[in-house]
Amino acid sequence: MTSSAFVRQLSGNMGLEKRVSIWERLNLDLPLLFALAVLVGFGLMVLYSATDGNQQELRRQSIFIAVAFLVMFIVAQIDVRVMRRWAPLMYLFSLGLLVAVLFIGSSTNGAQRWLDLPGLPRFQPSEIMKIVLPLTLAAYFSRRAMPPRFKHIFWALVLLALPAVLIAIEPDLGTALLIAVSGIFVLLLAGISWKLVSSALGAGILSIPALWIFYLQEYQKMRILTFLNPENDPLGAGWNIIQSKTAIGSGGLYGKGWLNGVQSRLDFLPEGQTDFIVAVLAEEFGLSGMLFLLMLYLVVIGRGLYIAAVSSDMFTRLLAGSITLTFFVYVFVNIGMVSGILPVVGVPLPLVSLGGTSIVTLMLGFGILMSIHSHGKTAFRYVD
Amino acid sequence: MLDDITLKDHNLERRIFLSRLLIGGLIAGLLIAFLIIRLVYLQVYQHEYYSTVSDNNRIYSQAIVPTRGLIYDRNGVLLADNKPSYNLTVIRENVPDLDASLGVIQNLIELSAEDIEEFTQRQRRRNVPFSSVPVAFNLSEDEIARLAVNQFRLPGFQVEAQLVRDYPLGAPVAHAIGYLSSITEQELRQVNAENYAGTHQFGKTGVERFYEQILHGQVGYQIVEKNARGQIMNVLDRNDPVPGEDLVLHLDSELQLAAWEALGDMRGGVVALDVNTGGVLAMVSKPAFDPNLFVGGISQREYTALNDPVRTPLFNRALGKYSPGSTVKPFVGLAGLDTGVRNREYEIEDPGYFHLPGDSRRYHDWTWWVNESGHQRVNLAKAIYQSCDIYFWDMAVDMGIDRMSQFMGRFGFGRNTSVDISQASAGTLPSREWKRENLGQPWYPGETLNSAIGQGYTEATPLQLATATMVMANKGQWHQPIMLRQVGLEGEAIQHQSAIPDVNLNNPDDWNYIHQAMQDVVHKGDGGYRNNGSAYPYIAMLEQMPYHMAGKSGTAQVVGIAADEFDRNAEVAERYRDHALFIAFAPVENPQIALAVFIEHGEGGSSVAGPIAKQLLDVYLLDEFGQLKQEYMSESALQQLSSLQQAAEEGEQL
Repeated sequence: MTSSAFVRQLSGNMGLEKRVSIWERLNLDLPLLFALAVLVGFGLMVLYSATDGNQQELRRQSIFIAVAFLVMFIVAQIDVRVMRRWAPLMYLFSLGLLVAVLFIGSSTNGAQRWLDLPGLPRFQPSEIMKIVLPLTLAAYFSRRAMPPRFKHIFWALVLLALPAVLIAIEPDLGTALLIAVSGIFVLLLAGISWKLVSSALGAGILSIPALWIFYLQEYQKMRILTFLNPENDPLGAGWNIIQSKTAIGSGGLYGKGWLNGVQSRLDFLPEGQTDFIVAVLAEEFGLSGMLFLLMLYLVVIGRGLYIAAVSSDMFTRLLAGSITLTFFVYVFVNIGMVSGILPVVGVPLPLVSLGGTSIVTLMLGFGILMSIHSHGKTAFRYVD
Repeated sequence: MLDDITLKDHNLERRIFLSRLLIGGLIAGLLIAFLIIRLVYLQVYQHEYYSTVSDNNRIYSQAIVPTRGLIYDRNGVLLADNKPSYNLTVIRENVPDLDASLGVIQNLIELSAEDIEEFTQRQRRRNVPFSSVPVAFNLSEDEIARLAVNQFRLPGFQVEAQLVRDYPLGAPVAHAIGYLSSITEQELRQVNAENYAGTHQFGKTGVERFYEQILHGQVGYQIVEKNARGQIMNVLDRNDPVPGEDLVLHLDSELQLAAWEALGDMRGGVVALDVNTGGVLAMVSKPAFDPNLFVGGISQREYTALNDPVRTPLFNRALGKYSPGSTVKPFVGLAGLDTGVRNREYEIEDPGYFHLPGDSRRYHDWTWWVNESGHQRVNLAKAIYQSCDIYFWDMAVDMGIDRMSQFMGRFGFGRNTSVDISQASAGTLPSREWKRENLGQPWYPGETLNSAIGQGYTEATPLQLATATMVMANKGQWHQPIMLRQVGLEGEAIQHQSAIPDVNLNNPDDWNYIHQAMQDVVHKGDGGYRNNGSAYPYIAMLEQMPYHMAGKSGTAQVVGIAADEFDRNAEVAERYRDHALFIAFAPVENPQIALAVFIEHGEGGSSVAGPIAKQLLDVYLLDEFGQLKQEYMSESALQQLSSLQQAAEEGEQL
């Protein structure tokens, strides 16, 4: 029985005259696609204001967005379960790139994060790892009985720690943490016992002083101290956060109107096009604009969680869940940092901030979600 | 694929996963709610606060300092100008290494440790990033050039221009015009502080002080939007300043400079008044100071020099109180005639000394110190032109101090009659009442004698003497001395209504009698010897004068010397030497200018102050050919002139 024939029969049995839509044929998830498109469009609008109407930047960003959607579409056509077999290889390959970047990577601002390979556009191997690590861990756990045993958790942590440490060495602590978080989500979703989670949490808290003394760089300590008291150095380290809070607060309920955000247009707001773009949005569109933005993110996250929930097998469940929750972490960390409830870490606002590679990576993730949803349903029917 | 999952409990796994996913979703939802709470807090509860912060960020109200009015003399000569001055300023954010840069600058321009300390203070006080702070003021062209050449070593530093006061004539006009210097807290309290937002200088003395508010103008404002680097992006509102008014003074800078030159190395003061208006034609005090020193901030060394206790260059001698000496005699004499105490025919026999009735104490005439003689037979006119003390003492005893004092007061003695001269003084006009009130003592008859010859308690400023002389020249008609002629170069001349009643005499012809006596001081060549009290040997005897000058000398004792201690051959220490004074007006027939010359420790009123007075009258009255300017001629002289011209023309025609 072909899948379409099965669906037709199933629909017929349930008394529903449901036809396979064009979106399903294209393996695209309409709610997700719609939310993402609105999000990206809204983002471009804010970016237009944040760049002071810089056509060139806008065109570049639009091209990246187009490429990102293409990547998403292509990925959506591939049955993700194929990737499970390739996961170990992809992991080793990505790890190799991370090692390579330490030796032959090009450095900007004292950090060696980029890889310039002949014939390829300049890219950050850590971006690839953002997808590959959850994929690998999901593949790892999907082959084992759940809840995972301690041994498996240990090896999973090793798999997680290797890329995280390599990225932290670059140094790119923010990305390292986020990649670790995406791996930890896989562990949590796989059913790791709460006892273990709480003891790990306790150990983490206890290790903070040691981290502070031995690991954190001066500028990172500065960021944290500034977060705790920005008024300490209002013209220096505290400037960013004071100005972004001012931008958000002065926006009020309905904002100052598109292109009327004085904080960014008069250059008071640093990084207004990248990490702090949400302050521009909050200033120009006010609380209503922020609620609209959060609503779009909630739609994306909710849809992602739904796809994970209805997914057929453990591999796709873990993968979809991790991708979705990691996406949420990006949103939360960025907005939390800009609104002053989290210290400043270099996390862009997903799908809105200027910057091509992060959008491509994110859309690749959503392509995987769509693939899981589209191909997973059929798989469910096969398995049953 | 199937063999991989055969050992697993699908339902259990799915249950675990779903519960974990649910927890994850719930936590995510909670955190999103937390974000929303945060946003509501910032955007609703703290909206007003952050709106203010945002506006403060970008909106600045800048005071626009009005351009200060210029000051001209009566002929349009610029006395106080505004010229650009150059300051070195820095924007801290653009300097990679401030200490290194300051080191470089110290090699290029004069910059003391104090200057750097003051700069650091200013730097600390600024509250806007990317705002510029001055480092050094009033750079010379050399310094600007050196800084320009080294600009590449000094990122963030730049030379900025601003307008500062400039006095092109310098010291000679310093006391008349005054000067500008840094405004003090106290001065700021006297004025509307809002109008002085951004103004750093204030008129300290002279015209600059009296007309401070008119010269200053009205401050303007602009509301600007600045970006984070302090650049003005947008002017939201602008309220233009109203520039200060230009002032035209009565001052004649030619006469002023002539007086300055005439004083030479001597210390003294000169005041000349326009008899027709009371306008101050010249007001000189020497030594003086360069008023430009104060504008840019005076150094300690320069200021110490200005506080020399003997030279006192900051003290305005034109407004200083001195014993007027014999210069009061024309006025006291007029009092004698007008009160009827004396008439023109009355004569005395002067043996060279005087004693009060019933008192054996001798009062010596000044001639006694010269040759132990008197003036022999003396009437009032002779008593004036030969400056006979005995005649005046004799008259004063009959007149009494109060009548004398009352009459002198009508000429402005003992009060400040000036309109707009900020530090003018009232001098001292003693009377019984004055002494009782000020010293708590009764009046002694001997003091009346002193007052009659302008000594003792009597004190007057050169300005007061010039004013009294002007009233004398005007035959009693009053004009109050005034610096300001008009507001604006195109403005209308100010007609100041005198608040002082004119002096009306019982017999108006007495004016002519005194004028003649004063003219004799200069022109009557009797006796032929220098010590007869007249100024003739020092003035009219030396050259033919194209006009008649009226005057009176005064040689005021600085210390009293008893008759038996007096040694006429001894060299007197400079600080004990007499002050020399001379009052004058001219031409006698049609008075135009009245003046007073005071020379500190100058010794000879006639010999030292007199020639200076004459020289200044010449400067004012004579044309380039040494002839009296036609506009200053009396009607009869003009008629004479025109008939002469007519005759000459007729002669040519013949």
